Amino acid sequence: MTWSEFWHMGGYALYVWGSFGVTAVCMVAELIALKRNRTEVFRRLRRIRNIENS
Amino acid sequence: MNSPHWFKYASPVAFFPLAGRMVPWFAVPAVVLTVIGLYMSFFVAPVDFRQGEGYRIMFIHVPAAWMSMWLYVVMAVYAALGLVVQTRLSSMMAQAIAPTGAIFTFIALWTGAFWGKPMWGTWWVWDARLTSELILLFLYIGVMALRAAIEDSRRADRACGLLALVGVVNVPIIYYSVKWWNTLHQGASISMTKAPSMAATMLWTLLVMTFAFWAYSFVTSLMRVQTIILERERHSEWVRDLVGKP
Repeated sequence: MTWSEFWHMGGYALYVWGSFGVTAVCMVAELIALKRNRTEVFRRLRRIRNIENS
Repeated sequence: MNSPHWFKYASPVAFFPLAGRMVPWFAVPAVVLTVIGLYMSFFVAPVDFRQGEGYRIMFIHVPAAWMSMWLYVVMAVYAALGLVVQTRLSSMMAQAIAPTGAIFTFIALWTGAFWGKPMWGTWWVWDARLTSELILLFLYIGVMALRAAIEDSRRADRACGLLALVGVVNVPIIYYSVKWWNTLHQGASISMTKAPSMAATMLWTLLVMTFAFWAYSFVTSLMRVQTIILERERHSEWVRDLVGKP
């Protein structure tokens, strides 16, 4: 099987890559959002703490 | 109270570092199993004699659908524990699982549509299996929206816990919908009572992808519960010390 055959998926390219692609995007986006949210919460809580301490 | 030893981790302060230590133990298997699972999905599993290459959507559709139902059950169990035993951490875990469950439900519906279009000729039909899975998505979103709408977190725990528990009735409906109603959706190829009606390589690929998604769910739930603990315990001394560290 060549690479172009692989990407063609026997004519089902749109459906197969539309499924696997969107799944990958969802899962990676969730991880990025989690990481970002965590950093943001740390930053916010630190700011509140610093205000209260000063 | 003379609590048993394992109860120690039911307190957010003890669970926070444990959750952090557990993340890599699930992240590594998640990555490894995903790589193996994808390789098997495209290069090991043979072409289907009826659906050609199109059937490979199954290797994410079925595991995502299983996870969407399984995570709902886990969320409901945590919600029940939170309601009955009143452990705060249980409600936090229920809260942490909901978004990941919603994402897998969305993936199951999306890949279902992308599989349905070439095989059935339609993206969507209002049949029992598809409709009950859509209701599952609304239940997840409902639990999350209810949480966001209630300021007091203890009250939100109770309200969300109740909704999650009532909604659990939908899970067996999804599972048995293909038996109970006439539907376009095919029946289960794998059942607990009889031998699976598919090739062994396909079955193994499904299982590997399922465990990959499961490990991924642990990673996201544990990461999310850490943030939830920080937010909800923000007035406690240990959180103030923790965020103060450089």
